Amino acid sequence: MLNVSLSPHVHSGNSTQKCMLQVLIGLCPALLWSFYQFGSGAVIVTLASVAFCVLFEFLITRFLLKTPSTLGDLSAIVTGVLLAFNVPSNLPIWIIAIGALVAIGVGKMAFGGLGCNIFNPALVGRVFLLIAYPVQMTTWPTQAGYADVETGATPLALIGQYINGVANVQLPEIMDCLVGQTGGSLGEVSACALILGGIYMLVRKTITWHIPVAILVSAFVFAFLFFGFDATIAVEELLCGGMMLGAIFMATDYVSSPMNNRSQLIYGCCIGFLTIVIRRYGAYPEGMSFAILIMNAFTPLLNKYVKPTRFGVVKK
Amino acid sequence: MNVILIALIALGAIGLIGSLLLYLVAKQFYVYEDPRVGQVEELLPGANCGGCGFPGCHGMADACVKAKDATNSLGTLFCPVGGNDVMANVASTLGLEAGSAEPKLAVVRCNGNICARPKVAVFDGAKSCAVAAATFSGETGCAFGCVGLGDCVKSCQFDAIHMNVETGLPEVDETKCVACGACAKACPKFVIEIRKKSSMKSPTPKRVWVSCVNKDKGAVARKACASACIGCGKCQKVCKFEAITVENNVAFIDNEKCKACGMCVSECPTGAIHATEPVMIVVEKLKAKKAADAAKAKEEAAKKAAEAQAAPAAEAVPSDAKAEPTEVKAEPSAKKTAE
Amino acid sequence: MKTFKLGGVHPAANKLSAGAPIEVAAVPAMVAIPMAQNLGAPSKAIVAKGDKVKVGTVIGEPGGFLSSYVHSSVSGTVDKVDVVEDATGKKVPAVFIKVEGDEWEESINRTKEIVRDIKLDKQQIIDKVKEMGIVGMGGATFPTQVKLTPPPTAKPECVIINAVECEPYLTSDHSLMLAHPEEICIGVQILEKAMGVNKAYIGIEANKPDAIELMRKTVAAGYPEIEVVPLQLKYPQGGEKQLINAVIGREVPSGGLPIATGALVQNVGTAFAVYEAVQKNKPLIERIVTVTGKSVAKPSNFLARLGVPIADLIAAAGGLPEDTGKVISGGPMMGKAMPDTNSYMVKGCSGILVMKNEEARRREAGPCIKCAKCVHACPMGLQPNFLSRYSELNMLAEAEEERIYDCIECGSCQFSCPANRPLLDWIRQGKPKVMGILRQRAADAKAKADAEKAAKEAAAAK
Repeated sequence: MLNVSLSPHVHSGNSTQKCMLQVLIGLCPALLWSFYQFGSGAVIVTLASVAFCVLFEFLITRFLLKTPSTLGDLSAIVTGVLLAFNVPSNLPIWIIAIGALVAIGVGKMAFGGLGCNIFNPALVGRVFLLIAYPVQMTTWPTQAGYADVETGATPLALIGQYINGVANVQLPEIMDCLVGQTGGSLGEVSACALILGGIYMLVRKTITWHIPVAILVSAFVFAFLFFGFDATIAVEELLCGGMMLGAIFMATDYVSSPMNNRSQLIYGCCIGFLTIVIRRYGAYPEGMSFAILIMNAFTPLLNKYVKPTRFGVVKK
Repeated sequence: MNVILIALIALGAIGLIGSLLLYLVAKQFYVYEDPRVGQVEELLPGANCGGCGFPGCHGMADACVKAKDATNSLGTLFCPVGGNDVMANVASTLGLEAGSAEPKLAVVRCNGNICARPKVAVFDGAKSCAVAAATFSGETGCAFGCVGLGDCVKSCQFDAIHMNVETGLPEVDETKCVACGACAKACPKFVIEIRKKSSMKSPTPKRVWVSCVNKDKGAVARKACASACIGCGKCQKVCKFEAITVENNVAFIDNEKCKACGMCVSECPTGAIHATEPVMIVVEKLKAKKAADAAKAKEEAAKKAAEAQAAPAAEAVPSDAKAEPTEVKAEPSAKKTAE
Repeated sequence: MKTFKLGGVHPAANKLSAGAPIEVAAVPAMVAIPMAQNLGAPSKAIVAKGDKVKVGTVIGEPGGFLSSYVHSSVSGTVDKVDVVEDATGKKVPAVFIKVEGDEWEESINRTKEIVRDIKLDKQQIIDKVKEMGIVGMGGATFPTQVKLTPPPTAKPECVIINAVECEPYLTSDHSLMLAHPEEICIGVQILEKAMGVNKAYIGIEANKPDAIELMRKTVAAGYPEIEVVPLQLKYPQGGEKQLINAVIGREVPSGGLPIATGALVQNVGTAFAVYEAVQKNKPLIERIVTVTGKSVAKPSNFLARLGVPIADLIAAAGGLPEDTGKVISGGPMMGKAMPDTNSYMVKGCSGILVMKNEEARRREAGPCIKCAKCVHACPMGLQPNFLSRYSELNMLAEAEEERIYDCIECGSCQFSCPANRPLLDWIRQGKPKVMGILRQRAADAKAKADAEKAAKEAAAAK
């Protein structure tokens, strides 16, 4: 018996699983750097985060939704790694468990699972932890190890102090930010490694350039405007904190980002702008997560009102 | 004190401005609607199924009021969900005489189940009858019958039609079906028909229908499906009420004329004519009689062939044959009383 | 290298039969020539049982404006006028002819010589094309005479010959170019004359360097107004709108005819058929068809008469393999899957593709992850994910707003969907519904305008 279906009869062979695998591969350089920079702490936090995310997704599909397991699409692992990337490397495991539960349970499965969530699940988890456990979430180790490590200020905090005229504050070295020899969440420190992963994903066409470039360009422009017309600070704003991680891996999350070139550019520009505004004028030194979550909320609107370039439609 | 005063004034001012705005907007955008529309809508079931031909119950209510003003009657407007009771209420609200319509329901006109209609190809597209119908002639040799992917089930708002896993065909739940026609519209092959629930006035519905829409020539149809209507016309000949027409190689029973006597059902060589339970009881008897007649004829032939031999006839046959005529007679008399 | 501006995908080319010579397919004992071989109204059979026909005898007349003539592809006796299955298993009327010998109509020039001199004038060419039953050979089978008579407002500037063959697997146009380059050029000249233009482009994708070189050489030898344009490899370059965009950089306006850009697009096979019709008086009775597939023993290009059973052609290419899961009439991106191999050769059948079981099954669809790969792949700048959803939920107003009517059904969206969603299945459901609404609206508007005009005239008369 022959199969019958409408055309096309061939397929690119791409799959959700493959897309997620590409993202995981893209995350690898930054992950490896975090292992180097934060040692056992990074390993423990990452493993715990991935394990809890997978566990919670399994439990929810199995016992709450009673649907077939969705672990095969690897999205829970991606969420786990991204959540780990967004927390300090000395975070207690029980806090990570809570973060994973919020990320998977509230951020993703409550909306109906993969493809239905409005907000980036990892960021939902991260922001929940930031508000619920502000002390643990803002104590940044500056050396390798898990417990009892030396902590210090992040470069963003330093920039903040510098711009507000606190005496004896030195701007961080650009080179340190680029390589990742600073304090911060475990995945965000090395701009270099993140860019490497981003280039990999661009080459494999997992993501398009629109969102990252729009975020970085607009963040640079507004940082230059808001931080006293100092190009050095503007560049450091791009390299420090969650900017690179957010621009390359968090804002480009398929599900919560808009769907055509134009709306992606607008989305990116708004994220860049909001991030800098929060960093400069907000209570938190870091604004990337909030900016992305705010723009996630606008994604349906952008999808509705911003259309792609049409073929054969002349602008009047 | 000052603080309280400021708060009071501020809140009061906000309230005042807000109410003023609301008032102006309400005034500006006021649309007059006949109050009777609301009254009628309240009487309607509120299912918004579209069975009346209007987008929803409000549309139906509006149409009722307009019909009353224009023609002073409800005309053909009918709510299949609410039925006669609701329409009587609507009519009395609008000051009209209540009409009546016979209850109807959806009837699936395909009996090509998995055994009767073997698959010749596999559909591998979106799980929808509409998509499958647009793709090709069908998974079986019959290009007319049920596709079996359940667009009708999805379209039903009353949970009245379900796929039978064993036959691969949809089945209508008589107690739930309101004849809104959504399934008939959803079916890309036009297999589902809205028919009178019963051709005869009877406590249990008496309904006979041709459960096939295959327009292929007899041989082709038969090859594709063992229970297809082959357009042989036997039912047409046997029908005493001229209720059956055969067109495009497929028979159709007009349920206005049909008296549910069951003759056609017993005559159909492929079993394509279906009927409800009370009719089937009669049909079984008709068939038994036919079988008995055939057996008798055979026996008589055998008798003639072997005249010399005495006939030790089976006693069961005559007794059956006796029972039959009374039943058949009972039918027309029942009809007469019904009429 | 040139290409179209939006979207596009890169399916594996799999041109297995490239380089295979054109073989003449055997004429069977009985052919069945379907009467629905063109876009638009089917033709009407004008022969009856027992009629004697020759190769080239008219057996079907146009059934409307958008319709064409059908000619007998064999000589013999009409056996019956019955129905046959078309490629999708639907029944269409057909003329069955019992083959006796191979006698051609005397008017047909069967010699191999190339006739270069175009004697007919513009209108005569168009009439000849109609009379010879020429339709678009790329697969759409649009009657060519209709396309050659654009509305009077159109200003044709050039002819673009579609030799892109962007469908994977198919090589019929490729092999035709290699076999008959000069005839194609004369066909192009005839088309130019019919359109009253003096410029032509032949668009060929870069994966056919031998064809590009041969066509260039032929053009250089005496057809200065024809330009061979190599195009970057990208699907759906062979779409009419995409080809015009790639070759002359203009965009066909949404809802408008391609001729609005000044370009008339014809398939290279059509150009050849026009040459044969106008110069050799030969009706469209045969065409080149690729029979191919990874499991096919001998992927081939056949010159097959219309009405030859598809099963015969597959047999000639080595037979239907055991593990066949799908047989497609046309290419894998836009072709139609056949429920069985009981159909017959028609004018629009450019290829028969046999797929193995494991290639044939679609993978199970998952939830949309909104990756926007379909949006990036769409050559028309549409958002297929939304179109599909709107069609599925019958949200026609929204589908119209998203310009579902611009969809060219190329399948790039579904091809690139990582969740294997049947996007195009659903879009194909919504598109005709929206088109119907648009047509109804246009008709209503016209009726209203007419009524107003009539009322005004009546008032003026008073």
